[in-house]
Amino acid sequence: MPRPFTPKVVTANDLLMGDVIYQTADNVWSRSIAEAEVLRDEDTANARLAFGSAQAGEVVGAYLADVKVGENGPQPVHFREDFRMTGPSNYFHGKQADLQASS
Amino acid sequence: MYSYNEFDKAFLAERNAQFRAQVERRIDGSLTEDEFKPLRLMNGLYLQLHAYMLRVAIPYGTLNSAQMRQLALLAEKWDKGYGHFTTRQNIQYNWPALRDVPDMLDALAEVGLHAIQTSGNTIRNVTADHFAGAVADEIADPRPVAELIRQWSTDHPEFQFLGRKFKIAVTGAEHDRAVTRAHDIGLRMLSRDGQRGFEVIVGGGLGRTPMIGKVINDFLPEADLLPYLEAILQTYNLLGRRDNKYKARIKITVHENGIEKIRELTEARFAEIRPEFKGTDQDVLAEIRGMFSNPAFRNVPEDAFHTAYDADPVFRSWADTNLSEHKAPGYAIVSISLKAHGKTPGDATAEQMRVMADLAAQYAHDELRISHEQNVILPHVHKSDLPAIHARLREAGLATANIGLISDIIACPGMDYCALATARSIPIAQEIAVRFDELKLEHDIGHLQIKISGCINACGHHHVAHIGILGLDRAGVENYQITLGGDATETAAIGERAGPGFSADEIVPAVERLVYAYLDERESPEETFLQTYRRLGAEPFKAALYPEAKANAA
Ligand code: HEM
Ligand code: SF4
Repeated sequence: MPRPFTPKVVTANDLLMGDVIYQTADNVWSRSIAEAEVLRDEDTANARLAFGSAQAGEVVGAYLADVKVGENGPQPVHFREDFRMTGPSNYFHGKQADLQASS
Repeated sequence: MYSYNEFDKAFLAERNAQFRAQVERRIDGSLTEDEFKPLRLMNGLYLQLHAYMLRVAIPYGTLNSAQMRQLALLAEKWDKGYGHFTTRQNIQYNWPALRDVPDMLDALAEVGLHAIQTSGNTIRNVTADHFAGAVADEIADPRPVAELIRQWSTDHPEFQFLGRKFKIAVTGAEHDRAVTRAHDIGLRMLSRDGQRGFEVIVGGGLGRTPMIGKVINDFLPEADLLPYLEAILQTYNLLGRRDNKYKARIKITVHENGIEKIRELTEARFAEIRPEFKGTDQDVLAEIRGMFSNPAFRNVPEDAFHTAYDADPVFRSWADTNLSEHKAPGYAIVSISLKAHGKTPGDATAEQMRVMADLAAQYAHDELRISHEQNVILPHVHKSDLPAIHARLREAGLATANIGLISDIIACPGMDYCALATARSIPIAQEIAVRFDELKLEHDIGHLQIKISGCINACGHHHVAHIGILGLDRAGVENYQITLGGDATETAAIGERAGPGFSADEIVPAVERLVYAYLDERESPEETFLQTYRRLGAEPFKAALYPEAKANAA
């Protein structure tokens, strides 16, 4: 039996702005984790990470982050990813502000 | 104050042009991230959780008003309107875009500032007593020595690829405000038989293996400084471990080899290289000293100060807490708190930076300092100007009267910004400050230092706090460990771990219990938390922290 696999997304920082981005199924990078492609087995996850990491002209430090899949798509498991998804807690800066501005 | 000569300017311009080209080559794809990362780090550019971060050096924490205004400009033009002053007397910008960084560096160069050697395994920004040149208990202003070390170490070919980063701090005063015992090398100026020299301390450091430095030389004549430093660094370069990053700092080299062996090797090397130093360095030092001469202190009445002190309780409270004694009659050292209750420790807005720059220009001989406690200092202020300064600070939200008190907290950026963090630090600092402000207790509690780090790298100095807080990740939840009895001064000590950690919800009440235990136990209001701790040991404090354990044992 295969080991249970925690679903993952490929995430990185944008080369130019430095902000957090997520790889989508159609090979673009999204600012929103909800739009990320959910990877459900190890081989796919590694292959998608390799694909993401290869885009060195766009992204920095791609890695796989654990997610849980809910109604609104993938959501972080670890609190570090919560902060990456949201922004700092001492100011309303970063993603929380950017997403509000764009909605 | 030191001003850049043509050599410094040309050097900076060249470095910035190089970096601009490197950024271009990273963006057009000719450099990979692996190639680019060491280059950007050499120029102070990190990638953190949400964005890039640019760390700008403020050599020995000294700025003039033009430089402070330029820092404000950077905050406004290329960041989100603020900057974060750090325990290493640097300023960090949390939101620059990669393309803008070369412009930021050029703007800094206009006022003689830069981000060189704020990162990487080099000799970092040399830090110094933030009251340098203003206090009475000082043998001499340590900043000329810090500047000499800066010039010698900047771009020094032998020391660009050390085993690990290397931090040097200098103080000229009896009272150690520069944490010299927790640096790779700490220098304390001494005077013996009319001759000036240094006590040289080596192998201190915080991080995952905190160590108090050991004295390698109890009196090094001033003229021997650079060859001696060079000998220490060469000994370290030879002996220091490169197999394991966590064992690479000189504190481990000293610990593993013993101070005697390090001393022996250093002295031998020193004897060899001393003759190569023919006194040019001492000429340079003399020249630098000329640039740090005392400002022309005024001799005018202090009446305005006394009138305000008697009439205005808010001014009086601020004056009692935020002023320190100055060496010149009629003068005071002003500490401007960047720790307003509930705000982020060490942050200042562009507007606040401009207010401080204006005050420095108008009232304080154009000088500002950044303290490792993450506050800003006006080192030379005539007392008659204090009421006007206080009024202006109040308007700008900068008149918090809490220097040295429980809400004057050092906190690293923690998981709100830092990619290495295991937990947040800033919100804990904010909550503690707000809580004790509500309790209206902090002036009664008196001198108490809380310092918070968001991981074991200990950038927030928690090991040398009276109450240290270390944020950890325990099975995916933030957890805060308390250390007690640390001390950053001439009586330096590493705090002792109190016991199991606390959740984010429990940590503020835990600190509150500690403080009440202190208030119960102290012999008099004059006895500080640290003194009470030293007199009684950890037990009463542990009992307060862990009442259940006590109940179970009973
Ligand atoms: C991007 C943010 C930062 C990163 C990546 C970072 C990284 C580190 C690391 C890895 C260490 C441990 C070094 C060792 O023990 O070998 C360290 C120590 C330290 N850092 Fe930071 N740091 C950051 C921000 C800061 C800030 C904001 C401050 C000042 C508030 C600071 C001041 C220090 C100090 C004082 C130490 C401990 C003293 C020592 O070197 O032994 N750092 N940092
Ligand atoms: S102590 Fe850890 S969390 Fe805090 S700034 Fe340093 S590396 Fe980051």
